[in-house]
Amino acid sequence: MDIKYIETDILIIGGGAAGCFAALQVYKKSPRCKVVVMEKAHIERSGCLAMGLNAINAYIHPEQTPESYVDFVDREFEGVIRKDLVLTIAKRLNEVVKEVEALGLPIEKNDDGTYKKRGSRSVRIFGERLKPILAEAVMKTTAKVLNRVVATNFIYDGKKVCGAFGYGVRDNCLYVIRAKAVIVSTGGASGIYKPINTGGARHLMWYCPWNAGTGYAMGIRIGAEMTSFENRFIPLRVKDVNAPTGTIAVGVYSKQVNALGEDYLGCHYQHLGGRKCLTQYRLFATLEEMKACRGPCYLDTTNLNDEEEKQLKEDYLNMNPQIVLLWASNGMGPRKKPVEIRGTEPYVVGGHCQAGYWVDTERRTTIPGLYAAGESAGGAPKKYVSGCWVEGAIAASTALNDIDDTSTTDIDGAIIEKEKSRLSGILNRTIGITPLDARERLQKIMDEYAGGISFNYMLHENRLLEARQLLQCLHKHTNEVMAVDNYNLVEALECIDRIDVARTLVEHLMYRKETRWACYQTRWDYPQKDDEHWLKYVNSVYDIETNEIKMIERPLQ
Amino acid sequence: MSIFIDKTICNGCKGLPEARCERICPGNLCYRNKNMKAEIRDQSACWTCACCVKECPVQAIELRLPFQICSNSASLKARLTKDKTIWSIWNSQGEKEEFIIKARN
Repeated sequence: MDIKYIETDILIIGGGAAGCFAALQVYKKSPRCKVVVMEKAHIERSGCLAMGLNAINAYIHPEQTPESYVDFVDREFEGVIRKDLVLTIAKRLNEVVKEVEALGLPIEKNDDGTYKKRGSRSVRIFGERLKPILAEAVMKTTAKVLNRVVATNFIYDGKKVCGAFGYGVRDNCLYVIRAKAVIVSTGGASGIYKPINTGGARHLMWYCPWNAGTGYAMGIRIGAEMTSFENRFIPLRVKDVNAPTGTIAVGVYSKQVNALGEDYLGCHYQHLGGRKCLTQYRLFATLEEMKACRGPCYLDTTNLNDEEEKQLKEDYLNMNPQIVLLWASNGMGPRKKPVEIRGTEPYVVGGHCQAGYWVDTERRTTIPGLYAAGESAGGAPKKYVSGCWVEGAIAASTALNDIDDTSTTDIDGAIIEKEKSRLSGILNRTIGITPLDARERLQKIMDEYAGGISFNYMLHENRLLEARQLLQCLHKHTNEVMAVDNYNLVEALECIDRIDVARTLVEHLMYRKETRWACYQTRWDYPQKDDEHWLKYVNSVYDIETNEIKMIERPLQ
Repeated sequence: MSIFIDKTICNGCKGLPEARCERICPGNLCYRNKNMKAEIRDQSACWTCACCVKECPVQAIELRLPFQICSNSASLKARLTKDKTIWSIWNSQGEKEEFIIKARN
C-alpha cells in the first residue's frame, strides 16, 4: 500500500449536502483558500441524495418565522433540542434554498413567482438531479475533490485534529491529508440494526447503506464529545420499498387507515393529537394498530384522481423509483390499492433526529481543529437537506476564521505507519472474521438487545446490559476482521465504524432513564416522560486509555 | 435481482478509464469485466438507487426489484437529457408507461 501526502488549508470529509455547501462557502469567502473534499463514492451521486429528492422539508413560508420553526422542532422533540443551533439554521434556510435554485434546482412555484406551499414548512422540488447540480457547483470552485477515498481516522496529536487518513479504494493507497482545519460532514449510520429486508434485499433500506457512521466513529475514537445518540430515528415508510410517506400524506393529503378502513389516528389516538399528532406518534400508532390486530396499516390513496396519481408517480421517480416499479410489478397503482406502511429498522442520524457531535453555534466540536456539519452535527433535528446546507456554510465560515494564523502540523511518522499497518493488516489476513460475519453479529445483537424491529423497538436495562457485554466482546474481535480485496476492505472498515457507533448508542440508550421519544427511545422499565430529571442532554466521551464510555449530562440551552 | 445489465447492449464505455456505471455507483458495486462489459459484484448490496440506470448512455441497465420484494417482474429504465429525465417502466404484462420530468432549470 503506497502513501499519498496532501496538504491543504481546509479538509472536508464527506461531499454530501453539508460538505458541498461548505466547499462552496469557502470559495465564496476566500477563493484562494485550499480545500480538499474527501468523498467515499463519487460526488455526483453519493450518499443520501444519490436517488434524488422531491421536497425540501425545512423552509420558512411567509406566515412563519425562524423562531416559530424552533418552537415547532422543540415541540416535535418533547422539549429536548439545541434551540440555539436550530435557530442558526432556521435563520438561513430560505437563503440557501434560493442559492440552490440559482444553481439549477427546479422548485414548484405560484403564478407570482413565490414558492408553492407543499406543507407548512415544505416546498416541492424536482430534485432527481439535485446531487449532480451541487457537485457541478463544487467542481467549478478550486476545491480538489478526491472521489473514492474513504475516511478511516482523524490525524490527532492528542491536542488537536491535524488532518485525516483516507483509503483510496481505486488506487489502494493510504491518503495522508494534513489540514489546518477539518470539517466532518459525513452521513449518519445505517446498518447498525438488523434491517427489515434481509438476504438478497438487505440493502433495500431507507437510508443510504454506505453511510456507516464513519464520521461519528472517527470522532468517538479520538474522544470527541457526542450528544443524543439515544434519540434514534425510525421512519414510517412504504413497506418493503421504503418510499417516503410524506410524499403521499403531505403531497396529496391521504389519510392513514388500518385494515378496517378506519382513519386510525382520528379514531383511536385523539389523546396523542389525532391526525395532527407529532411525527413519532404516527409510527407509534401504526405499531399499536398491529398489536390490536387492526393492521396492516395503509395510506389511503384510493381516492386520488388521474392527475394526482400521475403527480405522485413523478414525485416518487424524483426520489424513490422503487415504489413506482413495485406498482408496475403488481399491476396495482395507488388508486387500486392503498399503500401499505410500516416502520423501518432504527438509524442513528443528525438530520431527522439529533445524534452527532456536540458543537457550539459556530459548529466547532470539542476537539480543536475539528468542525461538524449536517448529519454529523448533533442537537438540531429536522434540519433535513436545507439545514445541512446552512450548517455546511456556518462550519466553513468558522473554520476559515479560525485558521487565519495557524499552519499545518507535522505528523509523527509512527502514526502514519500505524494506520497503514491497520489497513494492510485487514487485507493481508488470511484467517479471521469476514465483514459479512461481523455485520450480521452486530445487527443481531442490536436487534435483539437494543430495541430493534424484532422487539418493536422496546428498550430495557437488562437487555441493554446484555448488548453492552456482547458488543464489548465483538469489539475485541475487530482486529481479526479480514478482507479479500479493496471493496471488501471498505466493508470491513464500515463494520468497525458501526461497532464503535453501536457501543456509544447502547450507553446513551441505557443512560436516559425515562421515555422521551415514542419508539425512537421507549423504555419498558421507565415508561413515563420524566421532565423533572431528564429535560437535559445526554452526552458521552470515549476514553481511549480505558476503552470505556463516560456519560455526561448537560443542561438545556 | 436489483439491476439487470444487458450484455448485448453494454459497450463497456470503451475509451473511458472506467465504465460510467462503475464511476457513479454510490456503493462501488459496478465494475468492468475482462470482456469490457459492466457487471455488478453483489446484487444483495444494491440500494436500487438507479444511479447506474440513469448514467448508462445506451440504456443497457434496468432496475428490477429483488424477488423477495415482489414475485412479479417489472423493469425501469431512464434516459437523461440536459434538463429532463425520461423514465420508461414496463409492468409485468410488458405494458410500457413513460414519464418525462424536468430535472433542472
